[in-house]
Amino acid sequence: MSDGSSTRVDRRSLEDDAFRVVSARDSLATRLRNLWNRRELLFSLIRSDIRIKYKNSALGIVWSMLTPSLFLAIYWLVFAKFLKNGIPNFVVYLFAGMVVWNMFNTSLSTATGVIVVRSGLVKKVSFPREILALANVGAATFYFFIQLCVFGLYLLVVQHSPDYAYFWLLPIAFAALYFFTAALAILMSAITVYMRDMEHFILIILQLWFFMSPIVYSYEHSIAPQLHAHGLAWLYFLNPITLIMLTFQRTFYVATYAASTTQTQIVNHHVVPVILKILPSWPMSTYCYLDLALLGIMIVFFLLAEVLFGHLQGNFESEL
Amino acid sequence: MTTVIKVEGISKTFKIHHERHQSLKERLLHPRTGSTEMFNALNDISFSVDTNETVGLVGHNGSGKSTLLKCICGVLQPTSGQIHIRGSLAALLELGAGFQPELSGRDNVFLYGAMLGFSKKMVEGIFDDVVGFSEIENFIDTQVKFYSSGMYVRLAFAVAVNVDPDILVVDEVLAVGDERFQAKCIDRIRTFQDEGRSILFVTHNADQVRAICDRAIVLDGGHMIADGPTHESLRIFREHLMDSAAEHDRSGLLASISIDSITTPSGSFDVRSGAGMHFDVNITSHGAYSGNFVMEIFTRNGLLVSRSDAKGSPVNLKPGQNCVGIDLAQIPLLDGIYDVNVGVVDPRGNTVIAWREQAASIQVTYDGREGGLVELGAAIHQQ
Repeated sequence: MSDGSSTRVDRRSLEDDAFRVVSARDSLATRLRNLWNRRELLFSLIRSDIRIKYKNSALGIVWSMLTPSLFLAIYWLVFAKFLKNGIPNFVVYLFAGMVVWNMFNTSLSTATGVIVVRSGLVKKVSFPREILALANVGAATFYFFIQLCVFGLYLLVVQHSPDYAYFWLLPIAFAALYFFTAALAILMSAITVYMRDMEHFILIILQLWFFMSPIVYSYEHSIAPQLHAHGLAWLYFLNPITLIMLTFQRTFYVATYAASTTQTQIVNHHVVPVILKILPSWPMSTYCYLDLALLGIMIVFFLLAEVLFGHLQGNFESEL
Repeated sequence: MTTVIKVEGISKTFKIHHERHQSLKERLLHPRTGSTEMFNALNDISFSVDTNETVGLVGHNGSGKSTLLKCICGVLQPTSGQIHIRGSLAALLELGAGFQPELSGRDNVFLYGAMLGFSKKMVEGIFDDVVGFSEIENFIDTQVKFYSSGMYVRLAFAVAVNVDPDILVVDEVLAVGDERFQAKCIDRIRTFQDEGRSILFVTHNADQVRAICDRAIVLDGGHMIADGPTHESLRIFREHLMDSAAEHDRSGLLASISIDSITTPSGSFDVRSGAGMHFDVNITSHGAYSGNFVMEIFTRNGLLVSRSDAKGSPVNLKPGQNCVGIDLAQIPLLDGIYDVNVGVVDPRGNTVIAWREQAASIQVTYDGREGGLVELGAAIHQQ
């Protein structure tokens, strides 16, 4: 065929194209760049994730609102009515915490096993493997925003207006939540390849985590007094979710409650102390500094998770 | 000519677990037990592929050719060494590996395109071509889980070849689909070649390599044993295969028979088209053996012109020197050089006992008016 090749024409000169390098270890910068270059795949996977989840179900995407709403109703019934946890306007408080929690919970419970589940793909197609876990986080982010919309609608219906002055803190808190969730998701997905127990273990951890976060109870009201007595308040804040939830609760729950004293005749003139007990009485600047610091830490954590993932993925093919 | 793939000293070591401890309990109870063995799938492989080149990667099962291909595609990370790749690459490693059975064919085309690394816009641009090529227009909005295996593969192949890659990597996927679709695939690969793209083609089917590739690389046990023009490499591949088969042959039969040479009475391998020819095949045998004898004639492009055997009358080899004669009463071939392969196979034709690839090359001269491969002597007249 040697004579044939001379008649062929160079369709496009590749001389100017840079070489891509495949080698044993890629640097963090290379890995992040690869991740960025394949963002279209990430979005495709997120889209297909969402579509597949509700394919062939009559209610479709409504389920992503219905399930959390039902949980909300159950928690409200159990904690506010049966156990009488004493948090006024509990549904708004609960909703603010649950929105954050659902994002974290959904991401981790789906992303943990994702590389094992999709090993067929991992062994056949080339792409940054952490995209699979990130796609699950992305889908959870999508549900997060849907639930946020439902939350907004609910607030309109019950005429509970959030503290708009705190709104600008939400993107910071959300970014911290995203990076924390994404970092844990890609780490867990890689660890599960080596230890399959993680898929089951994570469910127990998440159950515990739920109660370690101020969702169905108030940190300031139930936990803080005991911890403060021993000077251990910082312990509770080792859970990054706490601060994120507090920011969401501070924004959506607290301020308006103080303003609408007329609604609560039972507590009447005790309204302000009650609120201070439910959420920390920090000024806005404290929230701001804490959230920014948390965001910084979470970005570092995410990069660390990326590096660890890079080390762990080298042996995937002998384990899958 | 631009280098598009440069493989530099690639090695790949796999950890083979003999006892797998994958659960937490087992890991805690047996932190160090469970033997692992290192397996070298690739040893220091280096080569490069230019634009306009179609390179075949041949080797028998377990030779490391798929591992090498996966390293090039980025599915596996090499243990050491580097691979440089320029231009976009579409890999047909396992067709439809990225398909989501729950999604429709349409959604899967976009998803698969994204997995191959192509943008949504680009896939939109070629969507009609993909559907046309795959011939499943009526089912494009059906969930892929209802597809037949043939439809599945056709759709995946259609995506991969229509996304306009600079490098196409094909791993034994041409074995799928019906004959017509296979012909279409080969046709598409030829178009790719004419457009000056690079193709890396993995198979253990020597005939396919001969038909498609300009160059072939032979792998054996993770080592590269040949890299050169297709017929050269295939000769080495066949002979190497014989050698390694002989090592595993307990009766010692394979090692005992060898084809030494082909001669003609005149000593010349030039022949005029239409004339006859006689070959003497000299065979050394260390024992008596009765088997079949095969002769193949190929064009230089790798097209099989003819394969014939002893037609039921066995060739009886005596210990020592033997001579087998081949009479070709008339060679109707047109101008060109043709390669002759000869071999001794067992009577049922299952096992090759001795083989000589490209044992001789005959040069045919033809001065008639017909074109093509053979002279049929057609007479055209009006009735």
